[in-house]
Amino acid sequence: MPHNIVILGGGTGGTLTANRLRKHYKSAEATITVVDRDREHVYQPGLLFVPFGLTRAEDLIRPRERQLRKGIEFFENDVDHVDIEGKKVFLQDGPTLPYDVLIVATGARIVPEETEGLTDDGWNETMFTFYDAPGATALAKAYEDFDGGRIVVNVVDMPIKCPVAPLEFCFLTDWYFHERGIRDKVEITYVTPLDAAFTKPRAAKALAGLLEEKGVELVTEFNTGEVDGPGGRLVSFDEREVSFDLAVVIPVHSGAEFVAKSAGLGDSLDFVDTDKSTLQSKAAPEVFAIGDAANLPASKAGSVSHFEGEVLVENVVRFLAGEQLDATFDGHANCFIETGFDKALLIDFNYEQEPVEGHYPTKVGLPLLKESRLNHLGKLMFQWFYWHSLLPGRDIPGIKPDMPVGGKHLD
Amino acid sequence: MPTITIAEADVELNDDGFFEVPEQWTEEMVPALALTEGIQELTEDHWTVIRFMRKEYFEKGTGPTVRVLGKTSGVTVKELYKLFPKGPGKVAARMAGIPKPRGCI
Repeated sequence: MPHNIVILGGGTGGTLTANRLRKHYKSAEATITVVDRDREHVYQPGLLFVPFGLTRAEDLIRPRERQLRKGIEFFENDVDHVDIEGKKVFLQDGPTLPYDVLIVATGARIVPEETEGLTDDGWNETMFTFYDAPGATALAKAYEDFDGGRIVVNVVDMPIKCPVAPLEFCFLTDWYFHERGIRDKVEITYVTPLDAAFTKPRAAKALAGLLEEKGVELVTEFNTGEVDGPGGRLVSFDEREVSFDLAVVIPVHSGAEFVAKSAGLGDSLDFVDTDKSTLQSKAAPEVFAIGDAANLPASKAGSVSHFEGEVLVENVVRFLAGEQLDATFDGHANCFIETGFDKALLIDFNYEQEPVEGHYPTKVGLPLLKESRLNHLGKLMFQWFYWHSLLPGRDIPGIKPDMPVGGKHLD
Repeated sequence: MPTITIAEADVELNDDGFFEVPEQWTEEMVPALALTEGIQELTEDHWTVIRFMRKEYFEKGTGPTVRVLGKTSGVTVKELYKLFPKGPGKVAARMAGIPKPRGCI
């Protein structure tokens, strides 16, 4: 009997895992099934560029099925719940899928309706988000029409996907209105619940310096309780206010809805309770999680899913062979931070090591925590790597899952 | 790291006032800790939150964020801010004798 592997979610983590497993197992050894609620695979890092007219949402979308290798079955269906004890996935409108191994890769979703006022009057008129394709597209139109006033970029609460994206959004906003010749008519304010510009001290310092340099005001420890579109103000739970003409809000995130309906699988935000070194879920040994769906103390970022992929596939293979798991995932994340004017920073870090200066992956690589044109080109080129190398499950030469230390300036 | 005496016991705090050693905390310390946070009257709801924070910390290795507290402690986020006006996440963690909640990466 072939092993029966079911993967929920056909995004970054689900696709690259399915493809790596398909390469490893012959079809007689394992059946691999991917389930997703829709057929559109979005290159999510590209959404950042949509509001500035640098790309269009439709250019970031490809069919999910086409990213999967031959011999992988694809179901377009909503998951209702997982019966962890019975080892079965119940779809909302389709067959019940029994599994020997289940991989949860259903990502994180934005929940704007959890914040008072955010989806009321003014949603997609004066209050926007760029965290999905329709939002990013609506914001592009609003930016085109904006001819001056106060823009706030607000992170409601952590965790969010790609924690650097809101900062990149501020930098690009500065650049965009410079290009349009009306930067002096636009005030930009970054409002965050954190006590600094970013979560990690050395990067936070560098990024706060850049915000200042670009004339972006920084408001910290602001826990947004209400977004009032008609009144044009953010109100915090401790009753502070920040006024705006246009708000770009990063709503709170949760895991997939079926996680809440699958007893024992998720935490209070519906992210899968997951061992941070092996990627095995805490609910059952045959259940694993990858990417944003897992509640690891790591960034929710595509690079993390990419680095997790190798460890996850190794562990699925070991589990099915009855062997001990490999506990080596180190929380490695690697993010380009677009800073405008054709430049970008790069940060590289893991569970233990915060981002520092130096070069990646070795001493002759890309500069870390420092603006450069090379990093900007790296960011743009990455989209090609994503479709042609990362998703098919090919190894990128010189890029390993473990965080490299060779080029870093460590104390 | 400063060592101070609360309810006749020595405790080690970090520069932001969080306990370095959560095991040094006792319930007897809470009224004194509340005063340092500007909270004059301790209600049963304060205790619900404080006990919940400690339970979460010892089970999960970090205290909950305000959003998680609002979803799971039985006290809504708005009520949490009434109980701990200077910010429930940090203030309740200091009063519960646990480190600053990590919450975010």
